Amino acid sequence: MAQLLRIEDLQTHFFTSGGVVKAVNGISYDVEEGETVAIVGESGCGKSVSALSILRLIPDPPGRIVGGSIQFNGMNLLSLSDEEIRKVRGHQIGMIFQEPMTSLNPILTIGLQLTETMEVHLGLKRADAQKRAAEYLRMVGIPEPERRLQQYPHHLSGGMRQRVMIAMALCCEPKLIIADEPTTALDVTIQAQILELMKDLTKRMGVALIVITHNLGVVARYADRVNVMYAGKIIERGPARAIYSRPSHPYTLGLLRSVPRLDHPRRERLDPIEGQPPDLSRQIAGCSFQPRCRFAFDRCAEYPPLEPVESGHLAACWKKDELLRLSARAS
Amino acid sequence: MATDFSTRAKPLRSRGGEGDGVLLEVKGLKKHFPITEGVLIQRTFATVKAVDGVSFSIRRGETLGLVGESGCGKTTTGRCILQLERPTEGEVIFGGTNLATLDQKELRSWRRRMQVIFQDPYSSLNPRMKIGDIIEEPMYVHGLAQGGRERRERVRELLTVCGLGARMGDRFPHEMSGGQRQRVGIARALAMRPEFIVCDEPVSALDVSIQAQIINLLEDLRQQYGLTYLFIAHDLSVVRHLCHRVAVMYLGRIVEMADCDELYENPRHPYTRALLSAVPVPDPEVEHRRKLEVVRGEVPSPINPPSGCVFHPRCPLAVESCMSDIPALREIGPRHWVACTEV
Repeated sequence: MAQLLRIEDLQTHFFTSGGVVKAVNGISYDVEEGETVAIVGESGCGKSVSALSILRLIPDPPGRIVGGSIQFNGMNLLSLSDEEIRKVRGHQIGMIFQEPMTSLNPILTIGLQLTETMEVHLGLKRADAQKRAAEYLRMVGIPEPERRLQQYPHHLSGGMRQRVMIAMALCCEPKLIIADEPTTALDVTIQAQILELMKDLTKRMGVALIVITHNLGVVARYADRVNVMYAGKIIERGPARAIYSRPSHPYTLGLLRSVPRLDHPRRERLDPIEGQPPDLSRQIAGCSFQPRCRFAFDRCAEYPPLEPVESGHLAACWKKDELLRLSARAS
Repeated sequence: MATDFSTRAKPLRSRGGEGDGVLLEVKGLKKHFPITEGVLIQRTFATVKAVDGVSFSIRRGETLGLVGESGCGKTTTGRCILQLERPTEGEVIFGGTNLATLDQKELRSWRRRMQVIFQDPYSSLNPRMKIGDIIEEPMYVHGLAQGGRERRERVRELLTVCGLGARMGDRFPHEMSGGQRQRVGIARALAMRPEFIVCDEPVSALDVSIQAQIINLLEDLRQQYGLTYLFIAHDLSVVRHLCHRVAVMYLGRIVEMADCDELYENPRHPYTRALLSAVPVPDPEVEHRRKLEVVRGEVPSPINPPSGCVFHPRCPLAVESCMSDIPALREIGPRHWVACTEV
């Protein structure tokens, strides 16, 4: 499959009174047409900032993309003018945000918000856009779409609003959708509905998907490939199956071991990752996971490069080969 | 580990006059919130039945999990037990006394014996107070220690017990991470030497790697101090790890209640089954084999709940009688209760 998006050494920093926060500190990854790529990490690891950087939605000041390149469909998104990037946003790249409560305009009807996108990007007439909006609402499973078009966001439940957001992201037939924690604000049964819907629609329409999440279960079910982020860097990357069955970075290994699982027998105690997540305004020398790492040794004072442990599976750890053998044997 | 669980679940020796080790009994608890309109003359035009007839009991040393989706009434149930909300109907019998009939003054001595840990460690700590003062204040209010020196000694002890280190007492909440703040919330609750703690979603605002730390801490403290927990959560895998018994709530009612392993291995109510099926397992191999039972529709409004069984509009097993008859909880196996006529 052809490459759709290629991010190379992206660096997004925030210049605050407390110092420079290197939220995204040199990450590279790619997305192929029609595939689902997950970016996993905990709060503050830079996963949302890296996604917002693709669409250049970083508030400036205080944030700025200070380095790297983002190739999408033959364009470098970082060198486009403001006018040109606006044509990409919502048209070739759709976005679904975490909070369906705050990402819709509360004083405009659902219909207006959906049709506006299509009028601007596709140049449709109002009536055609209306018709198409109703079609997309039906497709995302909203009953009585004509009536819903007249309603305001507060008339809809959280799950329904997220369906509207999906319709809005899809209606201009994008090549790529970025979904930032699309189901975190929703209940489990609704989460399952929304995720199944997104998987089904993106597969049917051949849309590539970047899912940003902290939920390891969601990643396991829906992602083809996974990037694990920690403290502004990608520390492990690979096909989902490889990452889960043979984690080769101590952080990934720790994350997978720390969550209680419904399909495993109950354990007496959980096996947490000790310590606290790092403060990104204070850069430490070498590997940023080192203070919490039970495998740390002298060499960790030097930052380990992200290098292959097996075909298509990369990890940024000096002991990655040892960890690969360890976790392969354990599973 | 399933075998070890049965020994852990045994109730501690009961105290005189408080029944067979039962610390808390909730009987027919209801909490209805009126929705009013009008400025001077208020008229009630609807009621939200947040909790609508909930009964359960918790033995000493036991952890009861209360699970359900947002708006199912699990938090309101917890608040009614603590008498932070006065129940509309029903009894809350704690240590042999019905708290629902006591007035505020009489409640004060009971409040010390039951504490709460809140979900959001960011909004439940006063940002202008130092951590040490936050933990010390309730002891001062309730006169729990002889003088300031003893109180401060106890603060240091609590900080250490909760894994924070005694020097953290001089910090302010904004200087701490989410996990550390939740440890402060736990230390504050422990300061009262309570018997019973309502844990209201204590880990859901925390990062995955920190959740496990707090879960282990809560379990250690329960064993160390013989605490009894009501553990309110929506994360079913966390509940399974911590609880001895689990009650599943839906729209203000308990739909299923059983011992933890029984509930997870043999869920009977269609809602419980749907909830369990909706949780993705962090393993692609398992997920690709697993068939998802996605439940249709959304949770109806508690202002105008469906007639009969409240789950019937979404239920795959619903028959005609479900629309009119409210199913009662019945015991279908030892200590396994289900409110469904079709299982």
